[in-house]
Amino acid sequence: MADQGSAAPGTAVEKREAPIPSAGTAVVRSDRVENPGFPPYRPRVSDLDPKKERQNERRVAWFFWASIIGTVFAITAYIAFPIVEGDMASVRLNNGLLGLGIALALLSIGLGAVHWSKALMDGHDLVEQRHPTRGSEETRARAAEIFTLGNKESGFTRRKLIRNSLIGALAVMPLPAIVIFRDLAPAADPNALLKHTMWEKGMRLTKDPNGVPIKASDVTLGSVFQVIPEGLYDTEHPLEEKAKAAVLLMRLKPEDLHVSPGRESWNYDGIVAYSKICTHVGCPVALYEQQTHHLLCPCHQSQFDITHEAEVIFGPAKRPLPQLPISVDAEGYLVAQSDFHEPVGPSFWERVHD
Amino acid sequence: MTDTMERPSTTGATQAQEGPGRGMRFTNWAANWVDERTSMSGLVKELGRKIFPDHWSFMLGEVALYSFIVILLSGTFLTFFFQASMAPVEYEGSYAPLKGLEMSSAMASTLDISFDIRGGLLMRQIHHWAALLFVASIGLHMLRIFFTGAFRKPRELNWVVGFVLFVLAMGEGFTGYSLPDDLLSGNGLRIIDGMIKGVPVVGTWISYLLFGGEFPGEAIVGRLYTLHILLLPALVVAAIGVHMVLLIVNKHTQFAGPGRTNDNVVGVPIMPVFAAKAGGFFFIIFGVIALVASTVTINPIWNYGPYDPSPISAGTQPDWYIGFADGALRLVPPGWEFQLGPYTVSMNILIPILVLVLFLLVVALYPFFEAWITGDKREHHIADRPRNAPMRTAIGAAGVTFYAALWAAASSDLIATHFRLAVEGVTHAIQALLIFGPIIAGVVTHRVCIALQKKDREIALHGYESGRIVRLPGGEYIEVHEPLSDFERWKLVSFEEYQPLMVRPDARGRITAGQRLRASISRFFFEDRISPVTQTELEAAHSDHH
Ligand code: FES
Repeated sequence: MADQGSAAPGTAVEKREAPIPSAGTAVVRSDRVENPGFPPYRPRVSDLDPKKERQNERRVAWFFWASIIGTVFAITAYIAFPIVEGDMASVRLNNGLLGLGIALALLSIGLGAVHWSKALMDGHDLVEQRHPTRGSEETRARAAEIFTLGNKESGFTRRKLIRNSLIGALAVMPLPAIVIFRDLAPAADPNALLKHTMWEKGMRLTKDPNGVPIKASDVTLGSVFQVIPEGLYDTEHPLEEKAKAAVLLMRLKPEDLHVSPGRESWNYDGIVAYSKICTHVGCPVALYEQQTHHLLCPCHQSQFDITHEAEVIFGPAKRPLPQLPISVDAEGYLVAQSDFHEPVGPSFWERVHD
Repeated sequence: MTDTMERPSTTGATQAQEGPGRGMRFTNWAANWVDERTSMSGLVKELGRKIFPDHWSFMLGEVALYSFIVILLSGTFLTFFFQASMAPVEYEGSYAPLKGLEMSSAMASTLDISFDIRGGLLMRQIHHWAALLFVASIGLHMLRIFFTGAFRKPRELNWVVGFVLFVLAMGEGFTGYSLPDDLLSGNGLRIIDGMIKGVPVVGTWISYLLFGGEFPGEAIVGRLYTLHILLLPALVVAAIGVHMVLLIVNKHTQFAGPGRTNDNVVGVPIMPVFAAKAGGFFFIIFGVIALVASTVTINPIWNYGPYDPSPISAGTQPDWYIGFADGALRLVPPGWEFQLGPYTVSMNILIPILVLVLFLLVVALYPFFEAWITGDKREHHIADRPRNAPMRTAIGAAGVTFYAALWAAASSDLIATHFRLAVEGVTHAIQALLIFGPIIAGVVTHRVCIALQKKDREIALHGYESGRIVRLPGGEYIEVHEPLSDFERWKLVSFEEYQPLMVRPDARGRITAGQRLRASISRFFFEDRISPVTQTELEAAHSDHH
């Protein structure tokens, strides 16, 4: 307790031989208030009253006993309340009681130990001196000497040819470790894959997820259909196909649609199909507001106006949702006229490059 | 321990007189056995009575450490049952609503852990809650370090190590979140995929390689699993090791207090008090996590169902620590994408990524910036009170506001529906908050700090206002001030003060642009400042009173 160095910061650095570090723009005053030293120790009740001390001792022991009870409880609950197949209440009971038992066991040990340390262990503060982090001057000199010796004995800086060759070898040596990761993905170029979906001429629009084809007459005004291409689940990679080919189908009054030149034939009597994959970073654009004909992406709130060919009216997305040209086949089912005319989903560097 | 003893610390002495008991003899034998083979006594001598200063805020780092241990323990249990595979299987477990559905093995095994393994759901929830606490406590710990200036020399490196831990923890969180392959985690991955694709030149290929083909592919869960349980934990453990070694080398900081100096550490020794407190605290943290995990459901993947690229539910939220990244994406105004010849440049993705990276870089490098401004090369072991470094505290408040705005943006839709506002309005408001909020927060914080310092000064010089009004013989009313003890005063007067840097020509008689910049930032930092009370002022004030 008696140790009281000077209170000025920076004095931890020994001034024997090491340079005194600069205080920078700190204001160093000669008449700063002096550190008054340690206040007197205020004894705790357990220090003064043996009865209180014994009381605390018992309390700590009680905590540890409670912990044992918690452990026994947890094991008992694990066995006595098994999970009954199909019964959700039993799952809750098993996990809940087991957890409570474990929590009691843990908390009691913790509270007991902390109480022990606070009420019964020696309450005096102790003092330890700091030493400068910087090594002593002898140590530093010796370290420098070792490096110099190492350099001299190996000729590391003198034999430049060897050194530079080694540096060169070490620099290129890790390259195989990068190259061998090429086969993380298949050989095919991702660009070709990203630019096409499984939609093709004459392919029927079917309901997600049951694959039932959709008749144009089923699509009433104001209704929305989650659509997948016919036969999606028979493909080799249905999820990958679906991640590109998912479509939203809805019917508007033909006079509400503002159709741009060249797209006049893409809708069928006010029925339009748009990619469901957001052009921002690819979430499914799931929310359709009937009155406004706006599609909302729940991920970052991009909004697309279906009356204006799904152009972006709010949010971080830039491009409209690609439109799938549709018509009906002989039996009155909705079919695609072709694939999308542009890549669907999030932008990527080579998106319009071929 | 017998009732006749006055202090527990005398136990050892009493036993020694009676000769060691059986337990003691075994301990002695074991200690000797170990020491003769490891020199362990040296370590105990070095560290056993090391002093740790006490303050509630010093426990935040401990919370992080202990929740990490809980994560390791519960995670190990989960690995025994989890199947990190995306191979499709038909779910045959006991959760009826999903029975017969096709899903990945990852999802099916996670459901099995939840519904068919006793205690499995508990372990999942312990793991998830502990992970949330882990990242949160690292964040709070960093705030504590920042606002008390505990990152100053010699602890700049340890700040960087801690920063790396924060980033690793977020990486652990995200990879773990993606493993069950449920609808939420799949949509999270979808967003990551979209963000990666937005990176110029290499984005398409990186996404392709990461997912092992087209999104979602069948590889990503297995790959993230390797990162989640092998690579990232190894890095976290290594970084924690370095963090602890540096903590021991640098010793802990302490707050100013009577008797505490820059040259000493005042507190409790590791053996026994700190060990008991910290050990007990570990059990308390573990216990609290277990308690929360057994009562509060988290990530009920059975409600979300397996991943499918088409459905999504509105209002779903990522884990809290990813929120700021998600929010950054949401705040981009429309139209930030353009064509560069044949190539597509997605500024709506690049800008948020850059903003996040820059923000994190500023956090990582702040200690070096402040050291450059003050030019102070001394070691600092006394933690600042935030008010005594007004500009640093203001910068911290600005940073917190910036982060909070991004974070709030991640819930813009929930805010909108909850308060019945238009989501456009909420987004615009948060955009404004992101830009002006930090400035306002910084200015206000700076003012508040200076005001608090002034008040401290008043109190140090004249004592506390007692609320008692006395009439002097001359008829004048004054309020009686309660004087402070030297011990109380010391906390108010012992702090560092810096003055603005004066530009001086260097050896060649020139003033470099760097110096000029440094001087102007230094002026910005320290122009407005309150000096600590000096001995002279104190004496003057005292002679006034008498
Ligand atoms: S993914 Fe649709 S707005 Fe971001």
